[in-house]
Amino acid sequence: MPDVQALVNDFVLKLKRRKIEGSHASARHTAELLRSVISQQRMPHTNQAGALIDAVKAVGEQLIAANPVELAVGNIVRRVLHIIREEDLSSTATAIEGLGLSAGSDDDDEGQHVDHPALSAAALAAAARSTLRAPSLQTLLEDIPRSAVTPQPPSSGGDSEGKSKSDKNLRSRKLKHDVIEAINELIQDIDTCHEQVSEQAVEHIHQNEVILTFGRSRTVKEFLCAAKEKNRSFRVFVAEGAPRYQGHVLAKELVGKGIQTTVITDSAVFAMISRVNMVIVGAHAIMANGGVIAPVGINMVALAAQRHAVPFVVVAGSHKLCPLYPHNPEVLLNDLKSPSDLLDFGEFSDCMDFGSHGGSPLLHVVNPAFDYVPPKLVSLFITDTGGHNPSYVYRLIADYYSADDLVVKRRSTS
Amino acid sequence: MDRRVPRTVIDPKFRQVGFVPPGATPPPARSHSVPNDARSSSELSLSGSSLSPVMIPPPRHASADGLPSVVRSAASPVPIPASPLRRDTVQIPIGSYNPSESLLGSSPMMSPSRQLDAVSEFSDDVPTSARLGRSGSGKFASSFPSSSGEMMTMKITGGGGGGNTPKSSLTTASVVKALPGVSEKDRGALIEVQNEGISKPQKQKTQKLRGVPFKRLSVQRRLPAKESGEAVKPSASSGGALPALKQGKVVKPSSQKKDGPQVTAPVASSEKKVVDRIPDKDRKKDVPHPRMQFDDKHRVEKAKRRAVVNQSEARNRVELFRHLPQYIHGTQLPDLESKFFQLDPMHPSVYKVGLQFLSGDISGGNARCIAMLLAFQEAIKDYSTPPEKVLVRDLTAKIGCYVSFLIECRPLSISMGNAIKFLKNRIAKLPHTLSESEAKSTLISDIDRFINEKIIIADKVIVRHAVTKIRDGDVLLTYGSSSIVEMILLYAHELGKQFRVVVVDSRPTLEGQALLHKLVAKGLNCTYTHINAISYVMHEVTRVFLGASSVLSNGTVYSRVGTACVAMVANAFQVPVLICCEAYKFHERVQLDSICSNELGDPDVISKVPGRNDLNHLHSWADNENLQLLNLIYDATPSDYISMIITDYGMIPPTSVPVIVREYRREHLWI
Repeated sequence: MPDVQALVNDFVLKLKRRKIEGSHASARHTAELLRSVISQQRMPHTNQAGALIDAVKAVGEQLIAANPVELAVGNIVRRVLHIIREEDLSSTATAIEGLGLSAGSDDDDEGQHVDHPALSAAALAAAARSTLRAPSLQTLLEDIPRSAVTPQPPSSGGDSEGKSKSDKNLRSRKLKHDVIEAINELIQDIDTCHEQVSEQAVEHIHQNEVILTFGRSRTVKEFLCAAKEKNRSFRVFVAEGAPRYQGHVLAKELVGKGIQTTVITDSAVFAMISRVNMVIVGAHAIMANGGVIAPVGINMVALAAQRHAVPFVVVAGSHKLCPLYPHNPEVLLNDLKSPSDLLDFGEFSDCMDFGSHGGSPLLHVVNPAFDYVPPKLVSLFITDTGGHNPSYVYRLIADYYSADDLVVKRRSTS
Repeated sequence: MDRRVPRTVIDPKFRQVGFVPPGATPPPARSHSVPNDARSSSELSLSGSSLSPVMIPPPRHASADGLPSVVRSAASPVPIPASPLRRDTVQIPIGSYNPSESLLGSSPMMSPSRQLDAVSEFSDDVPTSARLGRSGSGKFASSFPSSSGEMMTMKITGGGGGGNTPKSSLTTASVVKALPGVSEKDRGALIEVQNEGISKPQKQKTQKLRGVPFKRLSVQRRLPAKESGEAVKPSASSGGALPALKQGKVVKPSSQKKDGPQVTAPVASSEKKVVDRIPDKDRKKDVPHPRMQFDDKHRVEKAKRRAVVNQSEARNRVELFRHLPQYIHGTQLPDLESKFFQLDPMHPSVYKVGLQFLSGDISGGNARCIAMLLAFQEAIKDYSTPPEKVLVRDLTAKIGCYVSFLIECRPLSISMGNAIKFLKNRIAKLPHTLSESEAKSTLISDIDRFINEKIIIADKVIVRHAVTKIRDGDVLLTYGSSSIVEMILLYAHELGKQFRVVVVDSRPTLEGQALLHKLVAKGLNCTYTHINAISYVMHEVTRVFLGASSVLSNGTVYSRVGTACVAMVANAFQVPVLICCEAYKFHERVQLDSICSNELGDPDVISKVPGRNDLNHLHSWADNENLQLLNLIYDATPSDYISMIITDYGMIPPTSVPVIVREYRREHLWI
């Protein structure tokens, strides 16, 4: 336990100091951290899932509080919670099946005491899920309890029935093992989402296309490179993305791949957009309403694209899907960075002094990190699960998150 | 202070853009107000006659602190308490043309005071001639947008002189240029007269300004006596260049000076005929020249052979911009500097200005235009017609040569193009009867007048207009560094309005920092940000004030790159966008995008970020042929993003630009 706590503290500190930035890095780190939290979590005899969920929530709360703007952290915490619930559900389902097969068996206390409530809860949850899960004619026609059996993750093999009679130690390890397995899959997903996104590149980029992108996003880079590898020839305008100027890096990488690249200043976006066929940008997070949190300046690009009827495409891995609906995102989901990016402190330092002029300095320097692009400006999301409309995002989110986890907060009663 | 809802800034009720029959001159209020002064009423007839069809009355509702109100109160017997403010304002606007303070020592037009000096210097050379052109205007604020500032002071100081003008001075701004050619010259002389009043240019400006009206008054009193003698000269000299009809017309107003208001109609009609005749002849000329297209190899070769500056073409050109010139930056400068003392065809002052353009020491539409004109003035001063040549032809060729040199240094801005067109026109219209020295002094005073009326005074008028749109509690956003916007902000601050300024800046020029310096030094409350954060700051903004390099005939505003983005975001947030632009920058060209005509800056500045040494990813970018850097200088803002254009003729919607261009360009050719 202590070493986990140390890990958590270390990560929290890194998040607070913005040592870890970028949704990919923070998502990965979060997943790995939660994995070790779960593996170190001592399992009680009863309500194992609840214990895991509590532990994850406790850590997740800290992580989210450390950098509330880094939405990927919260996303991964919720994903892990969702995984635990799913695994719990499936193991309960198999237990029920086992129960049905060997009726009146000497199951352990959990099976005995929580038998009926567990069954009904599982049934209800499954029912709730089945409404969100891919509806098939069968689930529509058949009864609810039976549908609960249908979503069986592959991780819980058929041999679980045999093991259901084995001792509790094994069972508790089983759930943990499954959850860790699933988290490993999640980490793998996060790592490979670029490839899955970029596989779709050829479907969207045609010959002689002129593409505008903004700043640097790894997903965008992979996307463009993938199209280039399929021998599409196209031209890319890269807006440099002040004040981080990551566009320079992207331009260098693209040129390394042999793509015709032109670097423009951010202010020239409107001037150039009339000659652009498509805007492809990365995102910091995709909100549940289809809005996008992205590096500062992208709203301007999106507006310009809308003006010239240029498709505005956002490519992002599914770990950037955030189940929250934004409220005043320009302010609440934003980070104000140091003014030194924009102005030299030497020149204006006396004007920025809060001590003079009655507490409010003469000069304010605003250097936000993110922009919010409303869903109506986005033409298409390309995620690792395919292309989606902004209006469909809420549905994607239902696949990845359970509604109970939207607010990550430990229950005060426990 | 008027307290209306922010969105109703542009109240259509008060803007009348339309055609006013030429005879139907100034609003009745005006002519009634000066019934006893015969001379000024004849001025009025003159102004009326040349009043061009567009009349844009200034917003009469303009609040209690704006200019009109002062005028209004001037009309009433109540003395005005606000005098100090008034006096100060005249001096602010001139102040901000200097492109960068560091340059003060070297460039010809530098600090405000020096600018004034320069003007007075030049006009000192002008022989004193008739003053009929402008002398009356001192009394008659409404005929001159220009004189309004001084007018005010005059009234305040108790000068009187019958300047009862209930209408704002901006209504009939055209008068200045509407006077036919000859009297133009005289008006040039008047500048000199004005400056005579200032015995020592080093005097404090407020004193200067106080001095002017007094002097003016004395001029006016002196005038009737002199007039008879002097009126001869202009009419004689006008013979060559102007059509006979015009000449007759010129004499008319001056001879009928004492007649009174009834002259208005006949003069107007004769004037009208002249107006009608010109376009027929000039219509073909009016079509703008096709610009040099740099992807036309043949022509580029030809141009290169003539070039003074040896520019090496930049590598890695952006395909879309093949038609625009782009040279390797910094290669020409040392070469040119070494040539400085060899100067074969080039006048040193032109050379100097060219170098300053090249190095970017002078930038900004007005500053460049003024620098160029002053350099031409110097050149004209030192000019002597070679034997067996005609001044008109030779000087035109010379100027053409200078211009092409300046183009090589940096492509001309549209404002400069207009100024050159004006100057060439003046040269072409020089009467043959003039001696060389007379012709030269005429041209020199013409240039002075252009700078004074079209830029300096026009700016003051714009400031007066714009300031009526600033209210307490406003948050004003501006982009880059526009000299006129700076004047507006400083003036509003001096008026004591409480507002905040958001200065938006962008790479690579970061001009906004210079503006920020000036504003903060004056104690304005500022917020600084980069253009990327425009969506973030736009929430709190109530007005956007933007400068422009040019306003094109289809309402497109051609300005510093990024202006379009700012206007677009402002439009998306339903914040009114006010463009401040002098009318001499209007152009009849049309443009839909920012690509067909633009200027390419040095691409190297994009690869380097000052103060960020860690960013050298694009270090040797030119070595890779797949990588291009594009540094656009301008962009075109579509007219639908623009709520209003504030110009010296009043506040107009972008749709009225072609009207202004058509109606007022004519007098451009004319002045």
